[in-house]
Amino acid sequence: MLKRLMSGDRLVGDGAWGSLLMARGLPPGACPDAMNLQRPEVLEEIAAEYLEAGADLLTTNTFGGSPLALERYGLESRVEEINRRGAEIIAGVTGGRALVSASVGPSGRILKPYGDTDPGVVGDGFRRQVAALAEGGADVICIETMTDLEEACLAVDAARLEAPGLPVMASMTFEAIPRGFFTVMGVSVEAAVVGLCDRGADIIGTNCGNGIDLMVSIAEELARHSSVPVLVQSNAGLPVADADGVVYPEGPEFFSDRITALLQLGVAVIGGCCGTTFDHVRVIRRQVDRWIDERPTV
Amino acid sequence: MDLLGRIADDLELGLNDDVRTLVRQAIDARLSASTILNDGLLAGMAVVGRRFKAHEIFLPDVLLAARAMHAGLELLEPFLASEDVRPRGTVILGTVAGDQHDIGKTLVGIMLRGAGYEVVDLGIDVDPETFVDAALEHRASIIGLSALLTTTMPAMGVVVRHVKERQLAGKIQTLVGGAPVTREFALEIGADAYAYDAASAVETVEALMDSRRC
Repeated sequence: MLKRLMSGDRLVGDGAWGSLLMARGLPPGACPDAMNLQRPEVLEEIAAEYLEAGADLLTTNTFGGSPLALERYGLESRVEEINRRGAEIIAGVTGGRALVSASVGPSGRILKPYGDTDPGVVGDGFRRQVAALAEGGADVICIETMTDLEEACLAVDAARLEAPGLPVMASMTFEAIPRGFFTVMGVSVEAAVVGLCDRGADIIGTNCGNGIDLMVSIAEELARHSSVPVLVQSNAGLPVADADGVVYPEGPEFFSDRITALLQLGVAVIGGCCGTTFDHVRVIRRQVDRWIDERPTV
Repeated sequence: MDLLGRIADDLELGLNDDVRTLVRQAIDARLSASTILNDGLLAGMAVVGRRFKAHEIFLPDVLLAARAMHAGLELLEPFLASEDVRPRGTVILGTVAGDQHDIGKTLVGIMLRGAGYEVVDLGIDVDPETFVDAALEHRASIIGLSALLTTTMPAMGVVVRHVKERQLAGKIQTLVGGAPVTREFALEIGADAYAYDAASAVETVEALMDSRRC
């Protein structure tokens, strides 16, 4: 994978999962990651459709699969099963036609001294999760939606230790404030790039929190500071309320030109986050293929 | 600088050991506990809230300031009790339905505690009865409802209705917030108030509490 990216290839990620799980019967308040044990056929169906839409990377349903995150549902003793099965299900669908991108999300806790959680406990938790993901057939570890650089680095360490052969992607969520882009914990884009690269992430990036226009601006900053490939997984805008509940305003075609803008910035992995659908992935695939076809050969 | 100003300044910087030392000095100097609380600790926390809202500082700074606030408050509590200073009020908080992203609500709790309110955080996936039962049990006048998922937002309306069904409208007020929640949505479901972010939640709670005193 890294060789492909280093030689200038571009990869297409998949889109949102949570909303699709709910539409397929995940009850409010239930643990999404437990679907790996209870309803694997639902995950297979979603993965197959993202594969068909043209995704090169398929995400495992393990975003909340660290022990501290599962503890909220009393499932911390099932970390190994949930994560191993999560990777196995996706690997069964890809059959080698796409990469199994093993999702590792935040623990949901705040580390000392700011919060009450010992960083060692968080790090050990990520190690359990990553070991199980690797055993289940992960092709790449995808650390995502991080806002605390220290926690993201603990996840990178865990990936390096427990899955030494696999590339590691590390992605943070930034918000626009008057003086630039920062995570809610106050991490600037440059600090994220430097910190994650120093710690050994192979691919760095951003996901969630913004519509695609701001993601293009963040990508520009990421690309300026990074010497490793950059990943961007954009929301379909920020949710807005309408008569039937809530919608994400940015449709697949809204993404089209912005995908090209990301490609021009050198972004290597492009996918969707909250609110994106199979159709968004089709548009990303189309724009990536066009860009590769039209690119002058060197 | 006077003792109270130094307490406020050190609280802003999150220096909990220094805040503790200064609060002890202030107690020894026979300043009243309510003065130390209002003009020292709460004054410092108010600046932290304003600077956070203006994006001058970030969440970690708020968390450290809140920790310093608690350090000072711990020493003051017995004196506040003997002066018959009661907490500014109690707020029940919770996320209406299963939501992985409960940091927003947790942050609101930290800011409210920092501002001197009692906070009962019911966690995630809280059903309407539990919210109202907790409000009655803790004599809270405000329930703060959080939702981050578009699919769980309607559950806020259910809680608001439940408050009315139990004839508690007016006695218990509802405050809603969360990334997808808007002022229009809050109006539509009949909530008493809406807060855009954690810092505004504190201001909104203060406004609600004030309106009750009149």
